[in-house]
Amino acid sequence: MPTYLGMPPFPKAARDAVADRRLRANLAHATGTIRDRRLAAVAELDDWAALREAGRRIKDHTLEHLDHYLRLLEERVTEAGGVVHWARDADEANRIVVDLVKATGQTEVVKVKSMATQEIGLNEALAADGVTAHETDLAELIVQLGDDRPSHILVPAIHRNRAEIRDLFRRRMPGAPPDLSDEPAELAEAARRHLRAKFLSARVAVSGVNFAVAETGTLVVLESEGNGRMCLTLPETLISVMGIEKVLPAWRDLEVFLQLLPRSSTAERMNPYTSTWTGVTPGDGPGDFHLVLLDNGRTATLADEVGRQALRCIRCSACLNVCPVYARAGGHAYGSPYPGPIGAILSPQIRGIGSPVDASLPYASSLCGACFEACPVAIDLPEVLVHLRARAVENGPRHPLVDTAMAAAGWTLRSPGRLALAQRVASSSRRLVGRRGRIRRLPGPLRAWTDTRDAPVPPPESFRAWWRRTDGGRRP
Amino acid sequence: MRIALFITCLNDTLFPDTGRAVVRLLARLGHDVEFPEAQTCCGQMHLNTGYRRRCAPLVRGFAETFAPYDAVVTPSASCAAMVRDWHPRIDPRAAPVAPKVHELTEFLVDVLGVIDVGAHYPHRVAYHPTCHSLRMLKVGERPLRLLRAVDGLDLVELPDADECCGFGGTFALKNADVSSAMGVDKAAAVRASGADVVCAADNSCLMHIGGTLTRNGSGVRTVHLAEILAATREGPS
Repeated sequence: MPTYLGMPPFPKAARDAVADRRLRANLAHATGTIRDRRLAAVAELDDWAALREAGRRIKDHTLEHLDHYLRLLEERVTEAGGVVHWARDADEANRIVVDLVKATGQTEVVKVKSMATQEIGLNEALAADGVTAHETDLAELIVQLGDDRPSHILVPAIHRNRAEIRDLFRRRMPGAPPDLSDEPAELAEAARRHLRAKFLSARVAVSGVNFAVAETGTLVVLESEGNGRMCLTLPETLISVMGIEKVLPAWRDLEVFLQLLPRSSTAERMNPYTSTWTGVTPGDGPGDFHLVLLDNGRTATLADEVGRQALRCIRCSACLNVCPVYARAGGHAYGSPYPGPIGAILSPQIRGIGSPVDASLPYASSLCGACFEACPVAIDLPEVLVHLRARAVENGPRHPLVDTAMAAAGWTLRSPGRLALAQRVASSSRRLVGRRGRIRRLPGPLRAWTDTRDAPVPPPESFRAWWRRTDGGRRP
Repeated sequence: MRIALFITCLNDTLFPDTGRAVVRLLARLGHDVEFPEAQTCCGQMHLNTGYRRRCAPLVRGFAETFAPYDAVVTPSASCAAMVRDWHPRIDPRAAPVAPKVHELTEFLVDVLGVIDVGAHYPHRVAYHPTCHSLRMLKVGERPLRLLRAVDGLDLVELPDADECCGFGGTFALKNADVSSAMGVDKAAAVRASGADVVCAADNSCLMHIGGTLTRNGSGVRTVHLAEILAATREGPS
């Protein structure tokens, strides 16, 4: 993910977001609204728990036999007149797409919103070879015009409010009316006019893929605006990039995901546009179709027994919308196109846990479990977070102070005698530190607590000392 | 029935009143508890901070200490969840002990079958359902049913009750800015509820909420649920 190199670790990146009152207000408003709507949309189905379990099982089965279903997909796509490419990593995938675009002689492409191409930094790779990629999803367009980064999976411009978007359109969108207001309808109309010109002139389109049906070689994209459908039908050449975990065995599996995904992500019973395409059809749609199958760390993730469940993710963003940490830290703090709880477990797995930002991501959670509760494919995010924290301690850059503290605490807590001694030390310090029952400043790294919160004063006697002295209250 | 009290290291060291309240409450209901002095800590802090290997001896120690008992009761939803959900995964020898561990409200309602514990507590009280009681233990309505049966208690609604207070163990130190921001919002919700007292099934969350409330000069007190249930007309806590 080239655009995100050099990101500071999560706590540092989050500090700025927490201090930005406007950002926090935008996030709280947007996530709060969609959270309530999602709950209502989910409550309409009395078999939601069964659907969720079915989604989990289908994904797990597919991941267990991924080699089989990917080979079947390749076979069927090829039979239908498409060309399949395999990419081990971001560089390989970008090279394949750039070469395909250059072979058409075009210097502009239109894009359907895609997380996979964000992940590999495709727009930047195309630009480096003189090709301009135009995002056609409204929120992606807002991010692109602002030279910004997406901060949400479904609503990449969630951190922007209407007034900010109006200013951005006036400044950066060619042909935007100078008196543009911040009414949603006016903003959408300006974007529509801008994008229509792109659709009509584009000869090459790049898309992502929500699901790929192995039994027929059919690709599926779900969207709300119809811009994707324009890109999928008007150009002559279509290049689709998909993570290898997006494959499903059969058409009937879509029944489950076409219910789970819209209700979880946009809180709609059904998304407005579902496009499916199978290879090429003479006289109808693109005549030249390429599918790039992207690994980029997914095989390594699959090898991890606990961590692999992250590959069930269908990118609905329900976990972001319920996460109290995301709501305060914002999407940019996660240092990848995958923010929120899913980003905290996906990025360190597909990128490896070596960098400071990736080592900090498994800690970017209070483990409250709201994400697990909301996840439509039952990814146990707290379990994976804890699992990755252990990996960060074993392999990542460790904090010597935390190491020492954990060793000291472990040593003390292994023995009741040592714990009792520590309690006596704490009790004897109470007269030094406490005033009116609260400590207003702790020393060393514990200051991070008392910067904003009081700490309790240790009591004169621990519970175990009281128990011993009074025989559990039987002696006065 | 041989009942052991697992007091948790945090309660033992910083909140002994909660442990005393549990002993008093259960004695009033006719049950003696034992306090196995070999107990220390469930290992949650180590596991959740990524120090799984340092957690293992604590898990083994817990299993050995509590093996002889029929039931283990603890005034901490978070530690009960740690024992029940995680201990068997860390050490298979913990598997027979784990299901015997009950958080206090589970123990009262499910094991002892009591809702009205004969408490008297004349205050306006808000209940904060901690994340681990809500989503890991799924204690559900049990704490609220117990509170509603307390004589004189005025139970008020806490806005956005289900949202995490931001404590999260070492999260409070490792991501202090986000943790504090969550705590400030929780404290504001507590003040908005109009309560004099906010209670919960975990002193860790209450320590975070209480530290934020007093720093911001609010008069609302934090009290563990056990202390409310133990209070009577004769001996208010």
